[in-house]
Amino acid sequence: MPTAQTLPVAPSVPASATPAPATPPIVEIEKLDFFYGEKQALFDVTLGIPEKQVTAFIGPSGCGKTTLLRCLNRMNDLVDVARIGGGEIRIDGINIYDPRVDVIELRKRVGMVFQKSNPFPKSIYENIAYGLRLHGIKQKPKLDEIVEKSLRGAALWDEVKDRLHDSGMGLSGGQQQRLCIARAIAVEPDVILMDEPCSALDPIATAKVEELIHELKNRYTIVIVTHNMQQAARISDRTAFFYLGKLIEFAATQKIFMKPDNPQTESYVAGHFG
Amino acid sequence: MTPRPDFPARRSILRQPSWAARWEASLFLLLRVATYGVLLAAAVVFLDIGWKGGRVVFRAEAPFINLPFLTEAPESLHVLKLPDGSTLQMGDREYRAFTEAHPEQVKAARSETYVYSAGGIFPNIVGTVLLVLGAMIIALVLGVCSAIYLSEYAKEGPLVRLVRLSIANLAGVPSIVFGLFGFGLFVVALGWNVSLLAGWFTLAFMVLPIIITASEEALRAVPKGLREGALALGATKFQTIRTNVLPYALPGILTSSVLAIARVAGETAPIMFTAAYVVRDQMPWQVGKWTDFFFQGVMALPYHIYVVASKIPQNDYTRDVQYGTAFVFLFTVAAIALTAILLRARLRRQYRW
Repeated sequence: MPTAQTLPVAPSVPASATPAPATPPIVEIEKLDFFYGEKQALFDVTLGIPEKQVTAFIGPSGCGKTTLLRCLNRMNDLVDVARIGGGEIRIDGINIYDPRVDVIELRKRVGMVFQKSNPFPKSIYENIAYGLRLHGIKQKPKLDEIVEKSLRGAALWDEVKDRLHDSGMGLSGGQQQRLCIARAIAVEPDVILMDEPCSALDPIATAKVEELIHELKNRYTIVIVTHNMQQAARISDRTAFFYLGKLIEFAATQKIFMKPDNPQTESYVAGHFG
Repeated sequence: MTPRPDFPARRSILRQPSWAARWEASLFLLLRVATYGVLLAAAVVFLDIGWKGGRVVFRAEAPFINLPFLTEAPESLHVLKLPDGSTLQMGDREYRAFTEAHPEQVKAARSETYVYSAGGIFPNIVGTVLLVLGAMIIALVLGVCSAIYLSEYAKEGPLVRLVRLSIANLAGVPSIVFGLFGFGLFVVALGWNVSLLAGWFTLAFMVLPIIITASEEALRAVPKGLREGALALGATKFQTIRTNVLPYALPGILTSSVLAIARVAGETAPIMFTAAYVVRDQMPWQVGKWTDFFFQGVMALPYHIYVVASKIPQNDYTRDVQYGTAFVFLFTVAAIALTAILLRARLRRQYRW
């Protein structure tokens, strides 16, 4: 089996990137087992998502990274047969699967951007105001202010400021995804989950979204699932490698891509399978 | 060319005559002929009603519409054959006035009386419109709520499957059975007697299956991404449905309503025992208390056709009334359906996805 020394390292990590020190975890996942009916999808996963950093979940298809992501804001509740077999996910020290937890409040704190951008068929303004109205913000001046702030924060304001009342579906793919990000950040969550946000975008739009993620991490904790290893290497601070439902290795991104401990990780990042 | 021993020898790619191709061509011809046959039958029906009914409803001189037919209540027709050979036709009221004015002419003439062949069908038009409005409101409210529950909230299982099967079967129940059901439950058991309310509920239950199945399909057709996006922002399930699913399913729901409107307006059997009177002197708005409005029966267009066609002796005059009523009925249903279609077009533009 060729080692990391004999093969060129497939993704190139920017030379200036130094591994940021791990901040205290905002989301703690402990010994999580997850089932779809009888089929177990996650086996004994333990990891802590550090605050205000970008954590990437990588791994081949079917390894459970999207399943784990969707557990964090309980979107898996929508699937009838999905259930937690054992273990906990704690935010603020509270197990989010505790029956006393209000799922609505959880989802206001943990936002999500989906793989296929899903702007509502309403105007651009209304797309963002939707979440704000759910929070009880109703006065127009306040809504205007937050809509502008979110669109600026998503690097979309200059492109759409003249057509705020046009339909959100009329934007290009990259703009639609940035609108979804603007919609997610408008409600000021603590954590933003991103499920392969750039998989349907062209390279220029992808570059814009990655730049945006880099700016956003100063204010929000970001967890991104990506199929694209180079993307994980470019934008994340810490990376978790999953394979067949198990967490194989979780460490600083530089370490995972340059000098991973586990031979399976080494094999995956070198592109031998996946 | 590589040899292929297992397969028959290849032919030229140019079209060759073959039995399979001939069979297909004749099958297509058969399908086309069947379609044209259906169109021809529909055209014959509409042209027949249009011609014979149009003769009753339209007039050659201004105002080009037979206004008395549309604005008066039915009354008996008196035909007087005078000794000098001329014939007078007049409705009941006119006849009484004529008798008072010219009693000697009436005595000298031969008169024939035909019930329901003079006057107009205004109370019937009003009655049908009222029945359609009330029944559609009840059917839409009940139907859309059931559809939302079945498609969004109910957990799939044997009970839910049984419910869906029952609703689908309800669509095949003959309308006379609905009439009897309505009679037994609303008219007799609940004591509403022959009334608008009884008719509304009977008709609403008759069209519920159409509304429910079509609404469920319309709700399912709304993309999952819209629901997930709203839920991920912290909306409750009901908020999501109300703001992100239902508005986009409305055009589909309205399409099924158009079909339902035509059924509600046209069925005679459900209203025969529950809401319809053969003849009624008062108009629906001439009630003592406002609550009496709901407990009165009404005259209706399809029932009028039935009465005039089967309950009284047939002649040219009754045939005129039947076709005129059928023409006006088609026109009324088309008008209501057109309103629904326009509303649907507007909603499609507003909620485009």
